[in-house]
Amino acid sequence: MIDNGTFWLVTLVLGIGTYLIRFSFLGLLGGRQLPDWLLTHLRYVGVAVLPAMVTPMILWPAAHGGAFDPLRMLAAMAALAAGWRLGVMWAIFIGMGSLWALQWLVGFA
Amino acid sequence: MRLIANRQAYVQGMKDCSPFIVIVVPFSALFGMVATDAGLNILQVVAMSAIVIAGSAQFTALSLLQEGAPVFVVLLASLAVNMRMAMYSAALVPHIGGASLGLRMLMAYVMVDQTYAVSVQTYEANPAMPQDAKISYYFGCITVVCLPWYICTFLGALLGQAVPASLSPDFAVPVCFIALFAPMLRSLPHLVAAGVSIAAAVVFSGLPWNFGLIVAALLAMVAGAQVEFWQRRRAARAAQVSHD
Repeated sequence: MIDNGTFWLVTLVLGIGTYLIRFSFLGLLGGRQLPDWLLTHLRYVGVAVLPAMVTPMILWPAAHGGAFDPLRMLAAMAALAAGWRLGVMWAIFIGMGSLWALQWLVGFA
Repeated sequence: MRLIANRQAYVQGMKDCSPFIVIVVPFSALFGMVATDAGLNILQVVAMSAIVIAGSAQFTALSLLQEGAPVFVVLLASLAVNMRMAMYSAALVPHIGGASLGLRMLMAYVMVDQTYAVSVQTYEANPAMPQDAKISYYFGCITVVCLPWYICTFLGALLGQAVPASLSPDFAVPVCFIALFAPMLRSLPHLVAAGVSIAAAVVFSGLPWNFGLIVAALLAMVAGAQVEFWQRRRAARAAQVSHD
């Protein structure tokens, strides 16, 4: 059971902290021109952050007790290929669909 | 400046982000369910989603709270998950930094992975897009991502086990992130950055409080930028040779 006071303290501080992180550069720099070397680094924010977020979720999924699950790995590869070749929508449908299909097949075996 | 100056760009943003409704709905409902299971009441669940709007950090905080971790550890670990948004915030500056302070405050509040990734890809593909259109587009993305986020957290908390565990709703989270970055892998520097990101995430996975994510992201950004600098130098040399 989570203590009520602790919950609100965490939620408020986390909310304020997260807001300040989001506001940071956009809020303080505003329309200022950034130097070229920085812009070049910022172009890679997406491909730098998102794969690092995904990797532990695929290698050690919590829903699988933190143990490697080959089905989730295969479905993730399918989603990656679909997203790369076909786009966002396909990544989502093929990713979830292939996991369900694989789980269903393994259920039969 | 008006919130939605360019109606066409707003609708386009809604369209381009609409695939993520499929992800946001089960993900937020899952948070509502898990949080209710952990003993939070509906007000607490909805308040957390509205105040924080960051699913991964909310799950992190919730699981650490359940384990009875000290408050500062809970905060540090979940804020570390959100540190990536400082990078999003910086990456948005060249595109929408010229907006009024009020708009920037609002755009910061609703800055999430999907709105960042989809809008920056569109801005980069259309350098001629005027800032008004960029801002309207951003709010179009937000409309289809954040509204379902609030509503479905509430429904998830209310309905309990609405999404059966046999459907592996947890897998919607990595699939969402894959769908966001896979289309970005269009050039050598992007591929190198993604490869470094994955490798470093494994190498630094042992760091406490999710700091491995920050280290991996910074290394990957440097790697991508270095490959781009190298390509530019090589192109410059080639141009010089053909000149001589």
